[in-house]
Amino acid sequence: MSALTKANAISIKELNKSYGRQPSGELHYIIQDINLAVKGGEFFVLLGPSGCGKSTLLGLVAGFVSKTSGQVQVGGEEVERPGRDRAVVFQQADSSLFPWLTVRENVEFGLRMKRVPAAQRREVSDRYIGLVGLKGHEAKYPRELSGGMKQRVQLARVLANDPSILLMDEPFGALDAMTRRTLQRELVRIWQSTDKTVIFVTHDIQEALLLGQRIGIMSAGPSSSITDIYDVPFDYPRSLADPGFHRLYETIQSHFDKED
Amino acid sequence: MAAKAKRWSLHVLFFLAVLGIWQLLALLYGEEIIPSPVKTAQGGYELLLDGTLPQYIGISLFRVLAGWTLGSLAAIPLGILVGKVGAVRTFIDPYINFIRFIPPIAFITLFLIWFGIGETSKIALILYATFFIVLLNTLSGVLSVEEDKIRSARSMGASEWQIVRHVLVPATVPYMFTGIRIAMGTSFMAIIGAEMIASNEGIGYLIWNSRLFFRTDWIFVGLICMGLMGFAADRSVAWIGGRWLSRYGVVGSTRR
Repeated sequence: MSALTKANAISIKELNKSYGRQPSGELHYIIQDINLAVKGGEFFVLLGPSGCGKSTLLGLVAGFVSKTSGQVQVGGEEVERPGRDRAVVFQQADSSLFPWLTVRENVEFGLRMKRVPAAQRREVSDRYIGLVGLKGHEAKYPRELSGGMKQRVQLARVLANDPSILLMDEPFGALDAMTRRTLQRELVRIWQSTDKTVIFVTHDIQEALLLGQRIGIMSAGPSSSITDIYDVPFDYPRSLADPGFHRLYETIQSHFDKED
Repeated sequence: MAAKAKRWSLHVLFFLAVLGIWQLLALLYGEEIIPSPVKTAQGGYELLLDGTLPQYIGISLFRVLAGWTLGSLAAIPLGILVGKVGAVRTFIDPYINFIRFIPPIAFITLFLIWFGIGETSKIALILYATFFIVLLNTLSGVLSVEEDKIRSARSMGASEWQIVRHVLVPATVPYMFTGIRIAMGTSFMAIIGAEMIASNEGIGYLIWNSRLFFRTDWIFVGLICMGLMGFAADRSVAWIGGRWLSRYGVVGSTRR
């Protein structure tokens, strides 16, 4: 089976999304003519300025947003609606976690929806709570956790459903620099230990370089598209001190300088 | 410990000051116009001895609790339905916003004609007083559930019904609770009106009927009972909320 036909490969062709017409009657595109192939098991980063439609593109893959025209396929199947195979980690843990459930109950949510027996749920939640480093915090409510810990809960909650694709929408954007760095490292570790495809949205070039195998640059909106794709040739875990890292940083930075 | 004693002594001191001013006003305007604390206490004792007061308190409480419970039970599911289904909301919203401006008291005569002079008409009136408050609070609760919560539940495989049950309802609990707590107050206001106009029992009847004997002290007793009943009911609801619903973000007492 070639990588592109794997069940967790993502293929996007001539994708357009419009939220309505301009007064002139023309369609007003948020994103226009997106073409992208993400291999199964790849870590792909979408990098672009705020408001360029990165989240919209992620929402289209997640099945939250309906496309205007074009193709979004996951494992060769057209995306019609949200599905268990595509997990979403949101930017704001406060708005996506369930505050009336404990850490454990949040993590077990998807399994409970699937009517998995309690003993089995517990086994799975133990594993993923441990994996994201929240052992000992199972009985706490989200409001008792720090921002970084809440994002760990979000991660454990989606991993517990064993999705084949992780869609992450600037999940570390609101965290302090040190916590962000730790979580970036741990995300890479978790991704390497599984064969999940990741699409990670960010506007932080450094973050993109630390995480992605490939980085897709999105132009500023409206009508934005993916203008360039860079391969990131460095091994994990990556170091900021690598001279090549700096050169690539400058190259990518120049894209955004031009647009000002 | 010392701080607590100090606070309590302040409470007692303030209460005595209120009694003092009350007594002063009674002396100034005469016992007929403003019955003194002692006269009011005597009147209350009188009503207590002949059994009127416990009976009236009981019947008023029963009417309020019955109507309020039924009203809340009817309003919560409807609020969720109206909040969840956009088509229903578009259709029903103008009607809700039309009817809710008609105060319960305005319906007394009609309810008497429709439901008779028995308990049904009073309970129906309290039900009405409760219904729209709880409905609107539940509705606004459903509408303010973050889209991210619904989306994440959906992408974890929850069905529409599971989203209602496991996301919308728990997320809306604090709003429902605020609604039923406010409705409790409105119910006490509505019952007085109903009992004044169309009843032979209850605290509202006591307040209204006392005028025939010019027993202003009994009126005072009725007012104080009303206040105490409302206070006790509100505190009980708040306590229950704080005790059982805190995981949903319901804060019980106003005191921290």
